[in-house]
Amino acid sequence: MFSILILGQLPSVNLKDMEGNSHNFAKLNNNGKPMIISFWATWCKPCKAELNTIAEEYEDWVDETGVKLIAVSIDDARSSSRVEPYVNAQGWEYLVLMDPNSDLRRAMGVNNVPHTFLVNGEGKIVWDHNNYSPGDEEELYEKLTGL
Amino acid sequence: MKKIVFFLFTGISIYSFSQDDVNPTIVSGNIQTIGQYYQEDTLINAALPDQLLGFNGFANVNVQRGNFRAGVRYETYLNTLEGYPTSFNGTGFGYRYLSWSDEDLELTIGNFYDQLGSGMILRAYEERQLGIDNALDGIRLKYNPYKGIFIKGMIGKQRHRFEDGLVNGNGIVRAIDGEININEMFDSLRNSKFKATIGGSFVSKFNEDNNTPLFNLPKNVGASSFRANLRYNKWRFNAEYVYKINDPYPDNQNELFNYIYKNGEGLLFNLGYSKKGFAIDLSAKHMDNMLWRSTNVSVGPTDLLIGFLPALTKQHTYNLAATLYPYATNPRGEISYQADLLYKIPKKTFFGGKYGTSIALNFATSYTPKREFINDLGSSRQSYSTRLFSMSDSILYQDFNIEIKRKINKKWKFNVNYFNFIFEDRAVLVAQHHELIHAQIAVLDLTYKINRKHSLRWEFQGLWTKTTNELITTTEGESVYRKEDQGDWAFAQLEYTFSPHWYVAILDQYNYGNSEPSKRIHYGLISAGFINGSHRFSLQYGKQRAGVFCVGGVCRAVPASNGLTFSFTSSF
Repeated sequence: MFSILILGQLPSVNLKDMEGNSHNFAKLNNNGKPMIISFWATWCKPCKAELNTIAEEYEDWVDETGVKLIAVSIDDARSSSRVEPYVNAQGWEYLVLMDPNSDLRRAMGVNNVPHTFLVNGEGKIVWDHNNYSPGDEEELYEKLTGL
Repeated sequence: MKKIVFFLFTGISIYSFSQDDVNPTIVSGNIQTIGQYYQEDTLINAALPDQLLGFNGFANVNVQRGNFRAGVRYETYLNTLEGYPTSFNGTGFGYRYLSWSDEDLELTIGNFYDQLGSGMILRAYEERQLGIDNALDGIRLKYNPYKGIFIKGMIGKQRHRFEDGLVNGNGIVRAIDGEININEMFDSLRNSKFKATIGGSFVSKFNEDNNTPLFNLPKNVGASSFRANLRYNKWRFNAEYVYKINDPYPDNQNELFNYIYKNGEGLLFNLGYSKKGFAIDLSAKHMDNMLWRSTNVSVGPTDLLIGFLPALTKQHTYNLAATLYPYATNPRGEISYQADLLYKIPKKTFFGGKYGTSIALNFATSYTPKREFINDLGSSRQSYSTRLFSMSDSILYQDFNIEIKRKINKKWKFNVNYFNFIFEDRAVLVAQHHELIHAQIAVLDLTYKINRKHSLRWEFQGLWTKTTNELITTTEGESVYRKEDQGDWAFAQLEYTFSPHWYVAILDQYNYGNSEPSKRIHYGLISAGFINGSHRFSLQYGKQRAGVFCVGGVCRAVPASNGLTFSFTSSF
């Protein structure tokens, strides 16, 4: 048994993706490239607006910066079955993780959704924002390209 | 100090450099406060507590270093906000834990939250907006003995009230759960298109709270569950079965459910197919007699619940659709079906427009199970029998809704919704008139992007209830046919956002179609907020209508109020 190495500031919480594969959140990395972590839910309109807006430009962001977006759904047992249909129907290319009992949400100190974090290539949270208004994605993009 | 990147491969970790970097101490947390200054408003029957001010505050601090993690939550209810459970009072620590984990084992002592399967026989969770917190206080062990095999066990008491600190209930909850992911277990199946996870749990409770001299209540009660998640390509199928042995609860409204010794059971299915731009999803639920608390005495509706009974309906967010006739799970039992269809009309087509158009259709319905009452309350007290998915003709709820969303150009976006509800308030008792209510709602939501940072958003909503054939005389002496419940509503909101820091919004709700002219009231509200990173301040002033606030099929009635609300949230 080897101890868990904390890459940066991400807490060690086990989450499943939509296919049921488990991921230790602390060990997520993007080979030294930045990651965006966005907490959302199927019942949260601003969350969906944010992720749909980013989706329109996501390919360009990936080409330019190598970023990977991880969308953490806090939908509970009532609505978690709505996550996969929604994500696929919208055609999101993100890694979607399920946090049905808010374990990661608590560990990351998220009060309410949307809450978006920008993590640099060393696993350090360099920016976060607890809201979404049209135009907020521009600030995220500026921070991302400024890394 | 230079940052280090660690690599993990074949179980060997390569690391060096200073101790600080190997085991950094990470402190994280958040704070949330809501205060409301109440004003008298007899027109809307607004709550006016003696202390005039309600204030709820929460602060979490977590510390992680190496394999250890610890945290506390400090809570303040001085005094509790109106509408929040009155069993939350004072100021103090409501949650504390210490945990240790390595690659495949995690031990937690103190408070913890957990969920087994979909939570029907155990879900310890916090829904702060509703005042629900049934955290367990005890010990939990999670172990991953082999790849793809997950085991956990836990024992504890449940959080019940808050009186200058955490107050647990008397009952003890004990649970074990196992899950196998066959694709992680067998390397040969790792990349298979067929994926399967199976699991099972057993939960038992012990409690001696017995305040009835008439019946001999079981002190130990067990419940079990089995679940399977299967996938093939773009298909997905989930099933879960739960069973609970006799667990009598008082029911002073209906003798047929009062201290009955019938076993409870539930079955939940979900079948879905989804691909890019298209998804279809079907769910079915049979649930009977699955109320499951760690006490058998009468407590508040959301107190000491061990299990969570998920609702098969969409959670709505537009005000009139979300807060007047929201669905809540019927704990005695219900048979429910839900179907969802999502389609994105491709972009650059005639119907799809330049950016594509999203359409979502949802239909949900719930009925009371068909119960054959057997008249044995003098002997075995089974009271009735049911068969799986055999439903009666008494409807509890029906919801048909459609949403169309489209971005017209760089400036304009719209979202149109239509809802059709049938709501049996004789079962839920949250409306002003306890009757079968038929309501239709239409919503238009428009966003205009002025430039990169400035946007305007308008929301228009209307709600219309059915006219009854009951002739009434209004206070103005007019004879009219009464509309169901409070009649018709109109809602309008204008919101201006200045990204990334500011927003201001003004809204009005008007009960223009109330059959009683004196109750045709406007509820106006103005709000503004400032956001900077994870700090968020907001102020709100005006009238709030009495309504029902729901999360996950669990609802809380919120009284009408008038006054100034201040809130602050932040995380670090």
